[in-house]
Amino acid sequence: MSDLSDLYQQVILDHNRRPRNRGKLPSANRVAHGDNPTCGDQCDVYLRVDGDRIAEISFDGSGCAISQASASLMTTQLKGKTAAEAEKLYGQFHDIVTTGKEPEEISDVGAFAGVHAFPARIKCATLGWHAALNALKGDPVPATTESHTD
Amino acid sequence: MPTWSTVRDDFPALHQQVNGRPLVYLDNAATTQRPRAVIDALSRFYERDNANVHRGLHALSMRATDAFEGARARVAKFVNAAAPEEIIFTRGTTESINLVAASWGGVNLKAGDVILLTEMEHHSNLVPWQLIAKRTGAKLRYLPVTGDEGLLDLAQLDRVLTPEVKVFAFTHLSNTLGTINPAAELCARARKLGAVSVVDGAQSIGHLPVDVQALGCDFYAFSGHKMGAATGIGALYGRRALLDAMPPYQGGGGMISNVDFYESRWKPSPERFEAGTPNFADAVTLGVACDYLDALGRDTIARHDADLGRLAYEKLSVLPGIRLLGPKAGDRGGLVSFAFKDVHAHDIVTFADEDGIALRGGHHCNQPLMKKLGLTGTTRASFYVYNTPEEIDVLVASLRRILKFFSGA
Repeated sequence: MSDLSDLYQQVILDHNRRPRNRGKLPSANRVAHGDNPTCGDQCDVYLRVDGDRIAEISFDGSGCAISQASASLMTTQLKGKTAAEAEKLYGQFHDIVTTGKEPEEISDVGAFAGVHAFPARIKCATLGWHAALNALKGDPVPATTESHTD
Repeated sequence: MPTWSTVRDDFPALHQQVNGRPLVYLDNAATTQRPRAVIDALSRFYERDNANVHRGLHALSMRATDAFEGARARVAKFVNAAAPEEIIFTRGTTESINLVAASWGGVNLKAGDVILLTEMEHHSNLVPWQLIAKRTGAKLRYLPVTGDEGLLDLAQLDRVLTPEVKVFAFTHLSNTLGTINPAAELCARARKLGAVSVVDGAQSIGHLPVDVQALGCDFYAFSGHKMGAATGIGALYGRRALLDAMPPYQGGGGMISNVDFYESRWKPSPERFEAGTPNFADAVTLGVACDYLDALGRDTIARHDADLGRLAYEKLSVLPGIRLLGPKAGDRGGLVSFAFKDVHAHDIVTFADEDGIALRGGHHCNQPLMKKLGLTGTTRASFYVYNTPEEIDVLVASLRRILKFFSGA
């Protein structure tokens, strides 16, 4: 199971078992829904945006370990960031899951590098992030990452 | 001639490794593997007999037509239709049901009529009815499923089978639950009411003996690729009297007897419903698959499947935290769906693939059923003639490893 052990590292299992920032956010002023109908992964993201910053963030949803762990991790990464910083972090995350190149700074995000070996699961990893960005933009259309293969 | 002791030798695709392990193919409800006889028949047809059908006057065309119409007659015998004209070749179950909904439904349904379905229907026996209901003003109604046990709630039949019901469409064998429904009884109830019965035979056609006279159904839809034949070919059985009164589904060459600038006259069934060049080469494989399965014996196939389904249910039931779907005893086919609270179906399928096992995870085109059961998806293992009890042991061992991994033990 060595390739899969790379994919389902302890960080991912941990976030899946003990998700961070999970639940609705009563004070949210931006909300977005993410949905991959073919596989059934779902993710709601709640933001309280203060000025330009994400003051508070939470998520709720159901789906595979990759999608839920990624959403959980995403909330820890985006809390306190500006919209521009959030976009940049998503770009870096996208690179990691599609190329497998681990980031220079050691961070939990690097645990998702293994996803690149399983292209069918890239959309699972990016769903929560996509929903978060939609929430930031105030985009009412539910996010879906079903076309994400690279 | 196939024999049960050598059946695995007949299927070339089974003999390969996946991730360094022998392939354990348990995704037959999605598609079956093809026996050498079917693969060879397709190659031979293209090598020797290939020409367009429609009764051309040269040698190859006559051979192609004989092969094509021979396959139709063979399929008619396979389901005990009254005549080959009652077999319409289609792309598969989905197209067959769309044909009935659009053509029969289009002229026979109106506002106030009810289309009766069940809560366990596959999207292909659901969405076509939603479409025609919107067009005609007819309404949908559902016969409920009992819950995890996955049986039709027959106690509700009297309540749902009212005089407004004009068509009753149901599955013979559920692709998620494994339930084998009492099709003959349901068709009889429909007939008593004067309603038309439409049976989704996608999962049953290759796994159970199918006799449309004994079932008393008006329409029976099925796919070739779920019974060892090529993809892209299937059939609709329809009662002759009903077919004769139905307008065309698609228009084009081959289904007309006369074309003028503004009007055309239609041929009778089956040509009326086969517009354009038919999928004649793949239709030939459908006939060959019928021969292959009958040589194994369909009663024996049904018993083989039921035994594996029951064995899998028993062996899986001891896994901690497992939620099993479908009948525990009684009429179950060779497939089992299950779910774990803390491990998602997709993670299970990915890990099982590492062990060479092919499973399927998700909603299995049964989203309404999943909603009713409070699930987002299940993992499904589905068996066929070449699967063995040992493969079930491989599956259980893999699941034990997966559960251990996710529990952090």
